[in-house]
Amino acid sequence: MNSRIGILALQGAFASHASCVTELGHSALEVRTPADLSGLDGLIMPGGESSTMSQLLESSGLFEPIRDAIADGLATFGTCAGMILLAHEIVDGRSDQYCFDAIEITVRRNAFGRQIDSFEADIDTVIGDFHGIFIRAPRIESVSEKVEVLGTYGGEPVLVRQGNVLASSFHPELTGDARLHEYFINSVVTTKET
Amino acid sequence: MSQKDENSQPELGTMRVKRGFAEMMKGGVIMDVVTAEQARIAEDAGAVAVMALERVPADIRRDGGVARMSDPEMIESIKAAVRIPVMAKARIGHFVEAQILEALGVDFVDESEVLTPADEAHHIDKFAFTVPFVCGATNLGEALRRISEGACMIRSKGEAGTGNIVEAVRHLRSILGDIRRLSQADAAEQFDWAKKLQAPLPLVQEVARTGRLQVPLFCAGGIATPADAALAMQLGAEAVFVGSGIFKSDNPAPRAKAIVEATTHFRDAHILAKVSRGLGAPMTGIGMDEINESQRYASRGW
Repeated sequence: MNSRIGILALQGAFASHASCVTELGHSALEVRTPADLSGLDGLIMPGGESSTMSQLLESSGLFEPIRDAIADGLATFGTCAGMILLAHEIVDGRSDQYCFDAIEITVRRNAFGRQIDSFEADIDTVIGDFHGIFIRAPRIESVSEKVEVLGTYGGEPVLVRQGNVLASSFHPELTGDARLHEYFINSVVTTKET
Repeated sequence: MSQKDENSQPELGTMRVKRGFAEMMKGGVIMDVVTAEQARIAEDAGAVAVMALERVPADIRRDGGVARMSDPEMIESIKAAVRIPVMAKARIGHFVEAQILEALGVDFVDESEVLTPADEAHHIDKFAFTVPFVCGATNLGEALRRISEGACMIRSKGEAGTGNIVEAVRHLRSILGDIRRLSQADAAEQFDWAKKLQAPLPLVQEVARTGRLQVPLFCAGGIATPADAALAMQLGAEAVFVGSGIFKSDNPAPRAKAIVEATTHFRDAHILAKVSRGLGAPMTGIGMDEINESQRYASRGW
């Protein structure tokens, strides 16, 4: 079945996510205005600068409709900055930075350091070994009991899920390995329909 | 890395990590700033990164003399002022300036023709660094030569400090037009393309196959208005650098925000019309016929 996956395209690595989605035989639709949200089966929030995206969410009028759609069960996958946007609480962000409070995690922006500290490494996940690319990555500092930890690196959570919301601190869209997108579309997107 | 590691040794500074960081800036605006205060204005406006430098290109052009890497103290003060990434410029071929910038922890080094070149034959070996590099290009051959040296982002050069978009358009059209033509070339013709472009054959063949550069292509040099930013994006740039265009205008903060909006909504003329209103005067700008050949920064680079 073909799913219609929206990719938040205000700023960031939206094109790489769109390639992963279309490679799997689904439709990727860029989301820049509220009208772009209609008829979506799922939504991906890419990496980029979370403070930039936060401002553009407000000016484009997308913040409230996305918040309501996620609350109504829209399957959503946030990577890196996208995970920051979905979090309950942001540490070290800008004080005026928005987040959707869609998953009960606290994240620290750029917790692993600056770009020279960015790294790649193998991680353990629910779908098996996965190669994680961490770029000025946020760290998941705490998770509530409602959150399932689906992947870890060095014993710390890096892939988490709460109901219809999936989030990773790394970049699955940069590896050419679409298994996590497949997991999202097969296991999270369909959740809404059952 | 301080974290304990049960999975695998982390690898730093790989091409995937470096090029991946460039991917994260797509659809964004990178703004030139000369003070911590300007850096905060840029971050408030939604910049994805700031370029820390002592003088914007318009002032380098006015002052003349030798333009060098900025004072580390100034770069540190900008790093301390914002949470977004900080870039800084090294002279073409000046690998020690680049080593210093890496030691300072800047997030991206721009090996830039806006500064006075330090080497008239060689660019920096960018594979030798953990920090990623962006380089300017005026045509596809130049872009592929920079990629062959390890650049992780290409920006069309335009003519910095002029507030005139004409050269940026020329360079974007040259790079993207040649990519489109190369995509139609058969195997024998690709050898000839490599020769004409003076670029490594494997990179030429890869562009022919994929129809795109190996790294993100951004636009720089001459963007002064939201419409300029959207023009670059519609021509095929994936993000924009704005140098003198913001802080040499009458009202930097709203202009910066409008350029951010225009870069995101670059295909939506109604949004472009809305954000272009009431911004005050843009920078005055310079016509190309007013600049003599020796003052053209775009011709620096080999």
